[in-house]
Amino acid sequence: MTFRIKPAMLKIAAAAWLLGATAAMADTTLEFTQWWEPELPAGSLRKIMDDFEAANPGIKVTLVSGPYATTRDQISVGAATGTLSDVVGLDGAWVNNLNAQGALADMNPMMDASKFDKAQVADIIKVDGKAVMFPVASFVYPVFVNLDLAAQAGVTKLPSTRAEFLEAAKKMTHADKNQYGWVLPLSLQTPSGVQNDMMSWVWASGQSMMANGKPALEGKPVVDMLTFVKSLNDAGTISPGIATKTEQEKVEEFVNDRVGMMIDSLAHVNLIRKRNPKLNFDLIPVPVVEGYTGKRGLPYASWGIGISAASKHQEEAWKLVQYLMSEKVNAKLVSLANAFPGNVNAKPDFVTSDKAFAKAFEIFKTGYLANEFTGLPVAEDLMTQFDVQAQKMLAGEQSPEQAATAAQKGWMAKF
Amino acid sequence: MTRQKRSHHKLKRAVAPYLYLSPSLLIIGLLMLLPMVTVIAYSFQNSAVLRRDPTFAGLKHYQAIFDDPVFWASLWHTLYFTCMSVIFHMTIGMVFALMLNSDRINPTLRNILRVLYILPWLFTAVIIAVIWRLLLEPNGVVNSILMQIGIIGSKVEWFSSPETALHAVTFANIWAGYPLFMVSLLAGLQGIPKDFYEAADIDGAKAYQKLIFITIPQLMPIIISISLLDFIWTMQVFPLIWITTGGGPIYSTEVLSTYTYKLAFSSYNLSQASASAVVILLISLGLTLFYIRYQKAR
Repeated sequence: MTFRIKPAMLKIAAAAWLLGATAAMADTTLEFTQWWEPELPAGSLRKIMDDFEAANPGIKVTLVSGPYATTRDQISVGAATGTLSDVVGLDGAWVNNLNAQGALADMNPMMDASKFDKAQVADIIKVDGKAVMFPVASFVYPVFVNLDLAAQAGVTKLPSTRAEFLEAAKKMTHADKNQYGWVLPLSLQTPSGVQNDMMSWVWASGQSMMANGKPALEGKPVVDMLTFVKSLNDAGTISPGIATKTEQEKVEEFVNDRVGMMIDSLAHVNLIRKRNPKLNFDLIPVPVVEGYTGKRGLPYASWGIGISAASKHQEEAWKLVQYLMSEKVNAKLVSLANAFPGNVNAKPDFVTSDKAFAKAFEIFKTGYLANEFTGLPVAEDLMTQFDVQAQKMLAGEQSPEQAATAAQKGWMAKF
Repeated sequence: MTRQKRSHHKLKRAVAPYLYLSPSLLIIGLLMLLPMVTVIAYSFQNSAVLRRDPTFAGLKHYQAIFDDPVFWASLWHTLYFTCMSVIFHMTIGMVFALMLNSDRINPTLRNILRVLYILPWLFTAVIIAVIWRLLLEPNGVVNSILMQIGIIGSKVEWFSSPETALHAVTFANIWAGYPLFMVSLLAGLQGIPKDFYEAADIDGAKAYQKLIFITIPQLMPIIISISLLDFIWTMQVFPLIWITTGGGPIYSTEVLSTYTYKLAFSSYNLSQASASAVVILLISLGLTLFYIRYQKAR
């Protein structure tokens, strides 16, 4: 049996191939790896990408999405093997390592070439002078106060200084009723409590844990913070189980009226309301040291964005970054995420429709974003080391000064 | 048949077994040997995985982990956790197996107990960790009961106190793992000929003598096999410890698996993590060889 291909069919096939190949050559496909899509309402990030594609004919975006931890591992391996996606979602804690691997592109030349208005972005994360990340959306960490517990304890004025916080925490503590003033999660499984629940006290008062780009844990700000946390612990105001408590458990205890105050992500507001619709709470900035009147540093976690140094489509990748950082798109994205914008001009819709978010937005606007772990080498490891020393201090094995010295020694080895 | 044909036939016969084995050899090679060899190679490289051009490091990473006091603490915790788990798995498994094999217990009750005793085996490590975290939290049920009956005067932070954390995770692991022994020993008990016990009765042997001189010797092959397997598996336990304590408080529940995990995914020191993994591999390999030898001797 023989096959005979008719010339007409051959022509059609050739034309189809040519058409397809031309289309493929004309379109640039960007790969965008991030963990945001699963955390946003279904289909919403894809919709933003579709809008971008419509506004930029010839550029297609493929979303590579996964949970946070999986994305982190995927990006680490991609950076090592040179297979990092064109555009990557970043956490500030990763950028130092990725930059050391030469995996992230410097966005300075791209900003200059496109005359990008740098004043419109809330922050540009730089490592070795290279602009490697923009925070697209920020999740700030104010203090949540259970107003009913505060009223029952006779706390009429919400604390603004550390001394007032200690007093309020003491008043709200009734160990016999399993009720405590504050909650501190220091599980080694996720040592982010060091950043969110401990160092936030330092940053709130405009202080720093660093000096000249090096750790300064033995300095007064960190030692004072440790002394303050120890005083809260010695007064029995911290909910027990500190050393193994996770962030989720912290929120659970607050939701169940078991703690009066906690430092937590604004992203949890809706979760808290869902778990306990009757909970009467308010948000306040993290209290400061006596006499401090300057701007308050507001701890935050962010969804950052960067471009792969190995990307063959950096020009198109930069267009996508610009698009996500633009006022309207950024406002749309952060409204979906219940986060604060990376573009200072963007105003998310929830701040006008929700009282708690409006209050938090005021706190956000009067302070400044502060997270010194962003850009540090092996940030999670640094938190783990500090966590261990803080646990030793709270267990009575060492003083705040000794804890600071031991942590400083460990951190210096990593720098 | 010509000489050429004969030698061709011989060659075919010699190659045939290897051809039959080749699919499994290929799978073992790809899924077991390749990752193992890669990790061993990483342990001798600087900046393994993280750099495209890693340099040879010699034994530097092994030296670094052997100089780290946390590694030795982890090794000690691993041994304590493993030995205590295996001993108690065996003891509890034996007691429950004897109970379920006894004619003195009502058959209906025995069936109910059989289901109850095997329950821990049905849960995944994550569920077991969550259950015990809830039970042993300072405001949990265990503290409440112990305080009510007067055994403790104040709330104990079972997982959060350096004094009790290692014992608490070991206890949770004992609870989770005894059914393996129970089921294996129960099967063994049902295989012991009744004649042995009848002969012992005629000789006037007491219950404990029958246990020591008949039951345990008859079960010895099962006890040794399962103990060795349990030792190897328990040494590598990760999720239970990670979810309950994360290796803390301080380093009081740090075991080799959590130590290695932190090196890899917290410090991003994949070379040292590989060296630590190779140490775990060598310990497991030693135990496996011991197990194979024992099986061959039988």
